[in-house]
Amino acid sequence: MIIKSLDPRVDRNEMDADATFGGLESMDQWQTYEVFHQTKRGQHHVHVGNVHAPNHDMALMFGKEQFARRGATVNLWVVKSADVFATDYADSDIFESTAEKLHRDAGSYKVMDRINAYKERVKQEL
Amino acid sequence: MYGNAYIDPNAKLPSILEGEDPVKLAEFEARIARGEKIEPQDWMPKEYRRQLVRMIEQHAHSEIIGALPEGTWITRAPGFRRKLALIAKVQDEVGHGQLLYSAAETLGKSREDMINDLISGKSKYSNVFNYPAKTWADSAVIAWLIDAGAIVNQLANSKGSYGPYCRALDRICAEEAFHLKYGHDNVVFLATGTDVQRAMVQDALTRWWPPIMHFFGPSDRSSKHTEILMRWKVKMASNDDMRQQFLNMYVPKIWDLGLVLPDPNLKKNNETGLWEYTEPDWDEFKRVINGDGPCNAERLAVRRTAEENGRWVVNALRKPDEKYVTPLA
Repeated sequence: MIIKSLDPRVDRNEMDADATFGGLESMDQWQTYEVFHQTKRGQHHVHVGNVHAPNHDMALMFGKEQFARRGATVNLWVVKSADVFATDYADSDIFESTAEKLHRDAGSYKVMDRINAYKERVKQEL
Repeated sequence: MYGNAYIDPNAKLPSILEGEDPVKLAEFEARIARGEKIEPQDWMPKEYRRQLVRMIEQHAHSEIIGALPEGTWITRAPGFRRKLALIAKVQDEVGHGQLLYSAAETLGKSREDMINDLISGKSKYSNVFNYPAKTWADSAVIAWLIDAGAIVNQLANSKGSYGPYCRALDRICAEEAFHLKYGHDNVVFLATGTDVQRAMVQDALTRWWPPIMHFFGPSDRSSKHTEILMRWKVKMASNDDMRQQFLNMYVPKIWDLGLVLPDPNLKKNNETGLWEYTEPDWDEFKRVINGDGPCNAERLAVRRTAEENGRWVVNALRKPDEKYVTPLA
């Protein structure tokens, strides 16, 4: 039985309500690409998600449709998900080299007290 | 746009925590309690994974199928600006579907399996999309009130515990803001227009009120299942709480326009702060969600036809030596 619809686009396609669907084979699809988006020249590209695509040209095209529909965009990168190498969250202790890292923090170097004390001492000696 | 994932209250549920490692489970629950997100590589209970796949997949299907009732009116939108806006909205919905399929894939279910389960009727989608958009005003009511309901749900879920789903929802919620304003503008335009326009939008509202009341699903507050899913931040609020939030935000806006809702018992109880309403027909809800609604067959036929007609393109571009990999996050 051909479906009667309120939507002329459905009617045009003369869809059979009783047709069966052969089904798709699992994992039988294109590559996934991770997408990186740059809002403005000079800024970093930021990871925004991924697309399914058969090659990098179409990954860029789908990336544009998916992640650049609104707002400013000047550039996109795509890279095959398979080519991204990542650390494991379970190993996040590898980033804990020491408990505190003030020695590599600019704010932890306070010299004004010593400078002022030195100036005071030199003035008295004169 | 999306309502709540539907759990059949009569379905036999597996024992949720059976066979889970108690130490890992305690770590997992502590991480969620601290407000940390779970990422695809992390250990997670089987039932957490299963429920999230089911929920994100239903959400993705709802975006794709949800594009159909509104899309009905693209060819006959009244004017160029309305047509542009409607096409943009429908494109957004399909884009949301793609984002969500990717999020579900990170949990290990392939896109093909999800599409197969949609077309075979095994997976559900939001029940409201099994109803037809009879007039242009129906598309306006959908864009305003169904999207409003979806935003209540999606904003809640975006504070959930699964990282990829939250990130997809953040993008989606930002875009839905336009849908809501577009829908409101459209309804206000008709409601403040000619007598014919006003009658048309009133009819559409009357038609859509029962599906809107169904939108958040049957009461689930007392379910044991809900309690665990809420502790895991898979579910962020009970169906009743979200329905109350929606009524509180939108009934006054509907009444402001002098439109009438087809429920004489609908009113806010000022003592409890809660809305009182006639319980919608949940038997109809169950009948429709299980396949017997006015548009179920059409919605699935459209999806099946699109898949079949587009298959040659997919096949022509596939490289047999390239192995598909699960997206990162």
